[in-house]
Amino acid sequence: MSLLSVRSLSVRFPVLRSWWRARALFVHAVDDVSFELAAGETVGLVGESGCGKTTLGRAVVRLIEPTAGAIEFGGIDLASLRPGQLRPVRRRLQMIFQDPYGSLNPCLTVEQIIGEALDIHGLARTREALRARVGFLLDHVGLAPADARRYPREFSGGQRQRIGIARALAAEPQLIVCDEPVSALDVSVQAQIVNLLHDLQREHGLAYLFIAHDLALIEHLSRRILVMYLGRVVEAGDTKMICRTPAHPYTQALISAVPRLDPVANRRRIVLTGEVPSPITPPSGCGFHPRCPIAEPRCGREVPALREIASGRWAACHLAWGGNRMATTGGVV
Amino acid sequence: MTRGCNAERPIQTDAPWPATGLAGGAPSTQRERENPRVLEIENLRIEFETGAQPVPVLDGVSLDIGSGETVCLVGESGSGKTVTALAIARLLPCPPARYAGGRILVNRRDALRMSARELRTIRGRVVSYVFQDPAVALNPVLRAGAQVLETLALHRPEAAHTDEVISLLRWVGIPAPELRIRDYPHQLSGGMQQRLMLAMALASHPRLLVADEPTTALDVTVQAQILELLRALRRQLNMSILLITHNLGLVGEIADRVVVLYAGQIIEEAPARELLSHPRHPYTRALMKSVPELGRDVPRLEAIPGSVPRLGDWPAGCRFHPRCPVARPGCSREAPALASVAPHQRVRCPFWDHAP
Repeated sequence: MSLLSVRSLSVRFPVLRSWWRARALFVHAVDDVSFELAAGETVGLVGESGCGKTTLGRAVVRLIEPTAGAIEFGGIDLASLRPGQLRPVRRRLQMIFQDPYGSLNPCLTVEQIIGEALDIHGLARTREALRARVGFLLDHVGLAPADARRYPREFSGGQRQRIGIARALAAEPQLIVCDEPVSALDVSVQAQIVNLLHDLQREHGLAYLFIAHDLALIEHLSRRILVMYLGRVVEAGDTKMICRTPAHPYTQALISAVPRLDPVANRRRIVLTGEVPSPITPPSGCGFHPRCPIAEPRCGREVPALREIASGRWAACHLAWGGNRMATTGGVV
Repeated sequence: MTRGCNAERPIQTDAPWPATGLAGGAPSTQRERENPRVLEIENLRIEFETGAQPVPVLDGVSLDIGSGETVCLVGESGSGKTVTALAIARLLPCPPARYAGGRILVNRRDALRMSARELRTIRGRVVSYVFQDPAVALNPVLRAGAQVLETLALHRPEAAHTDEVISLLRWVGIPAPELRIRDYPHQLSGGMQQRLMLAMALASHPRLLVADEPTTALDVTVQAQILELLRALRRQLNMSILLITHNLGLVGEIADRVVVLYAGQIIEEAPARELLSHPRHPYTRALMKSVPELGRDVPRLEAIPGSVPRLGDWPAGCRFHPRCPVARPGCSREAPALASVAPHQRVRCPFWDHAP
């Protein structure tokens, strides 16, 4: 049985364009997204800014209230829980944030930051127990137990992110939502954090919902990925297969746009025209059709459903595989 | 003086732009053929005077850029790449910055000896800038068109009219420019804002475009568009580009030559293909191994231990030695020199030919 099961999740935010307008407008940040995540598994969530990946990640932890749909975590529907009932579940469901500077309270010592999580969930009865546990957690993420008395400003970006990870680990979660945990770090430090997350997963059997815009990083970390565009999942399935032979034209363009180190990588570059449309007034039909190099008239009329195009692979495109063989040639060799 | 400066540029200001008159862009004057270098930085040293002790930020950086050449300056935060970029047109505020030594030859004239008046003749006209965060660099209370017009009025007053603004915006790929010139920056997306910045930078027909992390704030598909645009610029205008980035991946996309900075020093310089296929310095090698790459299946990334040294806290000897996988006892004592190891290739490591 899967640990997390998200069904038809939608999140929309009202926007006030002008105060006299009677009809409210909505940003459809996440639109009808469904996926499953097993214990100990990593699912990558990739997409460009504004595609709804962060909103989806936060809605899973219910830091943002979902508008519709169900989030089943360990057999409990999170979406229907009252705030008071949420706390025991939250213990098993933690989050690591993108910005290691903004996500740590500058007025608290490291011990207070990590200890807060232990306090809230009643995991340390005495002061000594708390201190010992914080020391253990710091050691576990590669910091010194003596660092507990220092303040976040005394640490580098990579070390701060380790503190954020220790805080998430404090509650002994089963699932951690990692929202771009390395993108704010120096390039030479990113691999340390990636490896740390990897080790922790093996040691504790953690499951990750790993949100990133960096496809190469997602490919490295996760077996399965979801590619999001304009609030919808446009392609999902096995990471290796998707990176090798992307089915959706958007995934193809995304993969071809990733800069490569290999100077002789002879590949077809797909440069998309235009930009991501506004999620307030999304295009009719397929959200990608105004930028799609292979769009047909019906793409502007009918919303493509996420359909299984091969075993273990889903794509929301009228033309992908079986629709039009052309669509498959843009992949990476 | 200004006219004289203009006459040296391959771009003819009276030619219709950008449709014609720019293609080819071969060096047009005798002097340029003799010395086609747009920029030569020699042994530049910069300090910040913040506390009691001046903090060195750049320590003997030398690099040059030829006409029509694209050079990538790669480094992490605190390596001094942005300081190098800003120093070219002397944009660093002094104090706290202090030019402690060296020369910056822009069009063969030393920017460090220029008067404020002379500096104005190179800012914009010879060297133009595009910064990382267009949302901050643009004036939020001026319409898009007005900002480009301002640049034109300053550098090419004869072309300061709306038609030229529209053709510039069209040229950098802003759709429906007749309408967009009335927009304020916040009404444009990040990619469009960066195109607007490019239009402003190009309005003065610079010989050298300094782009400081121009795509870092943008999505990969938009990054690909901007890179495509830069490639087109280079082709059509024969413009030199100094691209500053922390992303080694961009090197293969656009650069002719690469200069790698670490802790205020150049540690490696090589033609782009050479650097990507045969990185010499242990830092460059380690950096390339530590980033995951699409299609390369590794069970575990090879992380570089430690973190980037802070400004003013540089280790003695080789500045990379505390993190270096091949460091020897001597590395912590003797500072290695930047040595030529092949034509156009310099490495600051005496053990560059030892296998890691």
